[in-house]
Amino acid sequence: MIERGTTPGEEQLIASILGGNSHEFHALIRPYERTVYVMALTLLKNEADAEDVAQEAFLKAFRNLKNFRAESKFSTWLISITLNEARSRLRRKSAVPMESLDEPSDEQGHVSPALLRDWREIPSESVERLEVRQLLQQAVEDIPLIYRETFILRDIEELSIHETAETLGISVASVKVRLHRARMMLQKRLAPQLKQVNPKRRWLPWS
Amino acid sequence: MVIDCKHVWNHISGYLDDTLSAEVKELVQEHLEHCEICSAILDSTRNILILTADERTFELPLGFSERLHARLSEEIEGIRPAPSKSD
Repeated sequence: MIERGTTPGEEQLIASILGGNSHEFHALIRPYERTVYVMALTLLKNEADAEDVAQEAFLKAFRNLKNFRAESKFSTWLISITLNEARSRLRRKSAVPMESLDEPSDEQGHVSPALLRDWREIPSESVERLEVRQLLQQAVEDIPLIYRETFILRDIEELSIHETAETLGISVASVKVRLHRARMMLQKRLAPQLKQVNPKRRWLPWS
Repeated sequence: MVIDCKHVWNHISGYLDDTLSAEVKELVQEHLEHCEICSAILDSTRNILILTADERTFELPLGFSERLHARLSEEIEGIRPAPSKSD
């Protein structure tokens, strides 16, 4: 897992870049390439758009580095820029139905999980299979946007609940509610599907 | 106090993040010890989080990094960030 937050190393790099050593920006952003891309991809659901937005986000971060305040984390700042870029792109794509950033009316509603007794194992080797990766990606992409953003930041990019709240500009309580709903939506959809594609499951003859 | 399955489902996320109060956590734990369905839901949710967080699930496209840094190099050659106020 990558180091989170503005580390002393990052602070030095930023000072050096602002002092004229612009080429050091390459080193500053290397640990965050995947984070920014995944954020863009799961919002835009399109690899080409995601790469474009990721590049734009890094360029914007470079151009605005002087405005970065070291009291916040560099990673959080960078992800906020990415989120804004991706949201702008979503708004501009008028041909595609716009996903709402408003709270769904059933925000307080209940999501029931899939009631499976027999899918407990971690089929870690299954991620090597394209079929499984596609199932996982598609399931994440299909969650409503407000839940997806929260899930990506907290569970895929492993930000803390407070960092997730700060990045999205919502309360900690909202993060918890959205996260819970996102996780339950994924469990309900994926647990039955992954059970079917898990070849390592051993069935006891008497079970 | 005993809580039923539906109450436990509402606390699965908090249980995974360990953000439940001590009292609720204990109730959930007691329930999980004897409820096979809820403990399976907890395990499968945890496993899905592990799988989606796996770096192989959302891989960078081939050549992404090279293209990004090439574009950054073009920008860096052209524009340098303005010096900070203290300079």
